[in-house]
Amino acid sequence: MADLASVIREECNPPMLSRDMSYHDITDQISSVTEWKKTPKQWWILITITSSLLLLLLAMLTYLVSTGIGVWGNNSPAGWAWDITNFVWWIGIGHAGTLISAILFLLRQKWRTAINRAAEAMTIFAVACAAIFPLFHTGRPWRAVYWLFPIPNTYLHMWQNYRSPLEWDVFAVSTYGTVSILFWYTGLIPDLATLRDRSPNGLRKVMYGIFSLGWRGSSTHWKHYEKAYMILAGISTPLVLSVHTIVSFDFAVSVIPGWHTTVFPPYFVGGAIFSGFAMVMTLLLLSRWALHLENIITMRHLEVMNKVILATSMIVGYSYGTEFFIAWYSGDIYERFHFFNRITGPYWWAWWTMCICNVVIPQFFWVKKMRRNIAVMFIISITTNIGMWFERFVIIVLSLHRDFLPSSWGYFRPTWVDVCTYLGTFGLFLTLYLLFVKFLPMIAIGEVKSTLSAQNHVEHVYAHYLETYEGAETKETHGLA
Amino acid sequence: MALLNERDTVDNGLYGAVGEFEDEDRLFDAIERVRHKGYSKLEAYTPFALHGLDEALGSKPSKLGWFVLCCGTLGATAAATFIWWSGAIDYPIVVGGKPLFAFTFSIPIMFELMILFSAFGSLYGMLGINRLPRFYHPIFNYTNSERITDDSFVLAIESEDPQFDADECVRVLEEAGARYAEVVAK
Repeated sequence: MADLASVIREECNPPMLSRDMSYHDITDQISSVTEWKKTPKQWWILITITSSLLLLLLAMLTYLVSTGIGVWGNNSPAGWAWDITNFVWWIGIGHAGTLISAILFLLRQKWRTAINRAAEAMTIFAVACAAIFPLFHTGRPWRAVYWLFPIPNTYLHMWQNYRSPLEWDVFAVSTYGTVSILFWYTGLIPDLATLRDRSPNGLRKVMYGIFSLGWRGSSTHWKHYEKAYMILAGISTPLVLSVHTIVSFDFAVSVIPGWHTTVFPPYFVGGAIFSGFAMVMTLLLLSRWALHLENIITMRHLEVMNKVILATSMIVGYSYGTEFFIAWYSGDIYERFHFFNRITGPYWWAWWTMCICNVVIPQFFWVKKMRRNIAVMFIISITTNIGMWFERFVIIVLSLHRDFLPSSWGYFRPTWVDVCTYLGTFGLFLTLYLLFVKFLPMIAIGEVKSTLSAQNHVEHVYAHYLETYEGAETKETHGLA
Repeated sequence: MALLNERDTVDNGLYGAVGEFEDEDRLFDAIERVRHKGYSKLEAYTPFALHGLDEALGSKPSKLGWFVLCCGTLGATAAATFIWWSGAIDYPIVVGGKPLFAFTFSIPIMFELMILFSAFGSLYGMLGINRLPRFYHPIFNYTNSERITDDSFVLAIESEDPQFDADECVRVLEEAGARYAEVVAK
C-alpha cells in the first residue's frame, strides 16, 4: 500500500525542490549570484562580446538614420522584410515570459516559480529589441512619435487613423511593454527588500533600499500585494493573447494572399509561445550551468517546458496544415498559387527550413529520454527559434515577393546592414540579460520559498499518513523517519 | 476618569512587543494563542505570503480590486471617447470608406487602455494602500529585522492594543513559542 502510494506520488507529483533545503538556503543561493565578491571572468568575457554587438546595433542604426532606409534590402514589392520579420519574432519571444508568469500563475502551476523572474526579464528585453524595428523602419524615429501616438503638435495637424490595425498595434505593443515592466517590478519588490537586508551598509544597501520602497513583509503588505499580483496576472493573460492577435491583424486585415486569413490570431499566439519557450530554455540552460542552479531549476522543470514546446509545435504544425487546406478549399487562384509557390518557388528553402525546425525536430520530445537530455533540449531550443524566424520570413517576404501581376515580381535579398542590425539586437538583448543576472535576483526568492512551504506541508501530511497506516519500518525506507 | 483616558492615549514611545518564530506553523499556532488571550492589535511579518494569515489575524480582505475596476473602466471609456472625438468631431476624414466612428474598430485600443490603466492601478493602488514608499518603520528597530525577509516569522503585539503591557506581552510571546522576543521602540 505504502509502496504504491509512494510510487504514485513520486511519478505524478515529485517534489520540485530537494527535501533538505531551508528557507535560508534559498535566500543564500539566489542572492549570492548578485553578491559576487569578485565578478567571475566569464561574465566579463560574455559582456564584452554582447556589448560589442550592442555597439554594432548602435552603429547600424546611426548609419540607417543618417543615410536612409534604402540601406536595408526592403524594396518594392517586398516593402516589409527583415525588419518586420525581426519585430514579430522578438515580440513572440517575449510572450513566453508573460505566459509563464501570468497564465501559469492563474493555473496554480507551482513549477513556474523557479523560472518566472528570468522569463519576465526576457520579455521586457525582447520587447525592447522588437520595438527598434518598427520605430526605425519609419526612417525618422524622432518624428514617428507624432505619427504613432496622439500627441498634439503643430507639425502634423491631424490625428491617427484608429481604423487601422497598425495603430492598434502601436497601443498593443506599448501597453505590453509597460505592463510587463510593472508586473516584473511588482514581483521584484519583496526580493529587493531581501537583498537590501543582506547588503552591508553602503551604495548597495541604499540602492536596493530605494527600489524596495521600504518593504517590510507585514501581513498587511502581503495581503494587498497578493491581490495586486493576482490582478496583474489576471490582466496580463488576455493582454498577451491580444498582443500577438493584434500583431497578426497587421497582416490578416489586408487583402494579400497568404496574409488574408482568419486563422492568424491563434496561429500567431501559438507560434509566439512556442518560440518564447524555446528562448527561455536556451537562456535557462546557460544560466543554470554557469550559476550552478541545478537544485532550483531541476530536470523536472526542464521536462515540463519541453512538453509545452512539443504541444505548441503541434499547434503550429496544425496551423500550417490549415492554411494549405483553406488555400486549396477557397478555390481562389491567387491563394492557391501563393501556397504552391511557398513550397516550390524561389524561397522553397525557407519554407522547408521552417517546416523541419518547427514541426519535425520537436517530435523527438515524445521520447522521455530526449525530454530529459540537456544536449538535445539545447539544440532543439535553438532550431525552434531558427524555425520560428523563418516562419515570420515566410509569411512576410514570401507573400509580398510575387505580387498579383508577374511584372511586379521581385526577389528580396538582405543587405549587410539588415544582417548586422539583427545581430546587434542580440547584443542589446544579451547585455541587458547579463546586467539583470548580475544586479537582480534572477529567481523569485519569495515565491520559491512559498513553493517549499507548500511542499513541506505535503511531506508532512504524507509522513502522517505513513505513521497512521504503516509501521515505522516503512517510514524508514522512505527516508521520512 | 478623564485622567485615566489621558494616560491611556499618552505615547509611550514603544512600537510594541515583537517575537520571532522558527517556521510558519509555529507562527500560526502563536497567533491563535495570543488572540485567545484577548490581544487584537497584531501584525505579522513574514518572508513570503502565507495563505490564511489574514484570516488568522482577523483582518478583512483587500479592497484593491474595486479600485482597479474603476481604473480599467476609466481606461476603456477614455479610449472610446478619444477615438470618437478625434476621428468624428475634431478632424473628420474618411479613410477607405469606413465610418468616422464605430464601436467595433475602437475595441482593440479600448481593451489595451483598459489593461494599461488597470496595471498602473494595481501597482500604485497597492503601494498607496500599503503607504509605500516609506523608508522608516519601527519594525526596523527590531534586533533581527534583517531576517524577516530571509527566514524568520515575526509576530508583533502593537502598543495601541488596549491590553498592552510591554513586559507582559514579551512573556506572552515567549509562552506562545517564540524563540526570541523583545520590546521595540518607535
